[in-house]
Amino acid sequence: MNSAPLPPSPVHDRGSPAQPLLVVRDLKKHFPVRGGPLERTKKFVHAVDGVSFSVPKGKTLGIVGESGCGKSTTARLIARLMQADSGSMVFDGEGVDEFGGIRLKEFRRNLQMVFQDSFASLNPRLTIAETIAYGPRVHGMPAAEAKRQAHDLLARVGLAPAQFASRYPHELSGGQRQRVNIARALAFDPRLVILDEAVAALDKSVQAQVLNLLQELKAERQLTYLFISHDLHVVHYISDYVMVMYLGQVVETGPVERIYGQAAHPYTRALLSAVPSMDPDRRTESSPLAGDPPNPINPPSGCRFRDRCPHAHPVCEARTPALIGIAGEPAHQAACHLNDPASGHPGALPETQA
Amino acid sequence: MSAPLVSLQDLSVQFCGHRKASALNAVNIELGAGEVLGLLGESGSGKSVTLRTLLRLHPERTTKIQGKMQVDGQDVLALKGRALDLYRGGTVSMVFQEPGLAFDPVYTIGQQITEAIRAHEAVGEAAARAQALHMLERVQIPQARRRFDAYPHELSGGMRQRAMIALALACKPKLLLADEPTTALDATVQIQVLLLLRELQRETGMSVIFVTHDIGAAVEVADRIAVMYAGRIVEQAAVGDIVRAPRHPYTVGLLAATVGAEHRGQPLQAVPGAPPDLAALPPGCSFAPRCTHASERCRREVPPLTSLGNRAVACWHPVQPVAEAA
Ligand SMILES: Nc1ncnc2c1ncn2[C@@H]1O[C@H](COP(=O)(O)OP(=O)(O)OP(=O)(O)O)[C@@H](O)[C@H]1O
Ligand SMILES: Nc1ncnc2c1ncn2[C@@H]1O[C@H](COP(=O)(O)OP(=O)(O)OP(=O)(O)O)[C@@H](O)[C@H]1O
Ligand code: SF4
Ligand code: SF4
Ligand SMILES: [Mg+2]
Ligand SMILES: [Mg+2]
Repeated sequence: MNSAPLPPSPVHDRGSPAQPLLVVRDLKKHFPVRGGPLERTKKFVHAVDGVSFSVPKGKTLGIVGESGCGKSTTARLIARLMQADSGSMVFDGEGVDEFGGIRLKEFRRNLQMVFQDSFASLNPRLTIAETIAYGPRVHGMPAAEAKRQAHDLLARVGLAPAQFASRYPHELSGGQRQRVNIARALAFDPRLVILDEAVAALDKSVQAQVLNLLQELKAERQLTYLFISHDLHVVHYISDYVMVMYLGQVVETGPVERIYGQAAHPYTRALLSAVPSMDPDRRTESSPLAGDPPNPINPPSGCRFRDRCPHAHPVCEARTPALIGIAGEPAHQAACHLNDPASGHPGALPETQA
Repeated sequence: MSAPLVSLQDLSVQFCGHRKASALNAVNIELGAGEVLGLLGESGSGKSVTLRTLLRLHPERTTKIQGKMQVDGQDVLALKGRALDLYRGGTVSMVFQEPGLAFDPVYTIGQQITEAIRAHEAVGEAAARAQALHMLERVQIPQARRRFDAYPHELSGGMRQRAMIALALACKPKLLLADEPTTALDATVQIQVLLLLRELQRETGMSVIFVTHDIGAAVEVADRIAVMYAGRIVEQAAVGDIVRAPRHPYTVGLLAATVGAEHRGQPLQAVPGAPPDLAALPPGCSFAPRCTHASERCRREVPPLTSLGNRAVACWHPVQPVAEAA
């Protein structure tokens, strides 16, 4: 039940079309944790530990990685819902909240987030139509227009306004609530939308409707998405680029076909092979990756994946692999000594062969 | 066959608070001891309501329940007081998508599992602690002795989920209700948790109702799958039969909408339209407004769940299975 497409919003490009919409440099966030009474030094969870990436305009960057590797924290730091310890951001060529750059308030309006927890992010005392109209009203949209837009958006995400507009969040299923959150984010007319597990709670048919909607809106409004998800099929479907994180760091990034076709990092390969079987006669017998991620309070030296990596070598403990381009494919980068002929890892491809 | 462990007969649940909703409409489910049922279906079709009703978690004042609900020979709707407390957690327990719902952040996970055991069994503190530690080892939490004294937030997502399974299984329930227990986990941890659930189910012989949107996850753990739409079971069959040859038009649509690598660059095949208003269900088949096979009869009469070979389908015109390759 799709309503008429929303009118395309004017896009205010500041930088050139080639200018990435968002550039993130060396983002860090360490959370202090309660130590034992006898411990002198304060301990920190290395939640986000030097994350750098960029997202081209109008593209979707999929972010995947183990539970707890810092995906949501990265998203919150970018949305400035939380202060980073260090790092910088450039939005369409301008430093965010820097002298001469884009002001924080303006940046926030250009960026909207849809969270994992559909319930916590909705005001229980507002009907869902009021919730969706609220933001635009605060930004000066006349009430009647905000209401009409809210109804259009509800219809657009598959919730018939006649049935749903006057409902309260607790009267919806988890999936229905998540669609309200997506509608609300779109009501701000943002340029960058961060979707953190936004379709995880939906059934496959509604998920398909929402993914189709996200794709249509992306084209209509030249939206750029950061799409965080554990669903590897969905990430494959929607992403132009994919970034893989492990324990607070980026271990691999590149165009979606490269990551899904020729993953270069052993963690990425393990992750991508962990998709459940669709054949009841051939169920999965063992997990492609045993054990648990190391403690984020005391990350291992060198490569953080080495305790679980089938290719680990003493050099992996001694030296931290840098995120570097694969030979001949500069957009595809991996942080693994196997991909660096100069690393000293005996399994690394010699330079001539690469 | 002996009496099933779980038997829901024409179970209906209506919410009659501020907003009326017929969340379940004459649901029939039978589950044998040791059987694993995957519950699939649209968002809002009543999967979580089914599980919550089995645990009697809905407030009595605003919820009207009709029909019969028997678990392990007990009439669940008649349980009261201490018997209900023992039933919850003892006979039936539940794991959620979000472990935060099961754990209290201010107590260690060891304390909470110990507490749960003591609430159900007449055992001393030390014995309960030993049993709790044993549970943490059984769900494969590494360094279980150390993790026993950890607070929930100190564990990784996968470990928290395993700790919640340990909590749910601590009192040896005969029925485990799992509401999307792996949705929030990454693929490698999801597989670990699914394999663990499968192993624990085999070891203990418990029955499981596993709610998920991930057909792959259901395939990994379930023997049978029931598909729900608008508060009704519309199709039920062995996992392989559902995945390979769905017969109900909604099941067909749901499977066709599932994303795969081959769909890149083209729109997905979503079932058009929206689910019906649960406060005003159509008189006939609830799926009729969205169904390409709908006839006059479909719009008039609710199709009962009837057996068709070794499956059950609630549809007047079931889809013909595509001839299977040998
Ligand atoms: N407010 C906080 N205080 C302390 N630690 C935190 C806080 N928020 C997150 N963490 C920790 O930081 C790490 C990264 O968490 P984050 O939520 O970003 O992971 P994630 O990749 O989004 O995981 P998931 O896939 O499970 O959602 C985890 O170890 C988490 O426990
Ligand atoms: N307390 C309540 N009052 C009124 N309606 C409710 C209540 N709880 C649930 N509902 C409605 O009952 C229906 C079934 O909800 P339920 O949570 O069981 O869906 P679900 O199948 O688990 O969906 P999802 O896959 O999105 O989790 C939904 O339409 C929901 O809006
Ligand atoms: S650097 Fe070494 S341990 Fe790390 S992923 Fe590569 S081979 Fe494995
Ligand atoms: S009963 Fe009729 S409307 Fe309902 S699913 Fe079957 S064919 Fe479609
Ligand atoms: Mg997260
Ligand atoms: Mg649910």
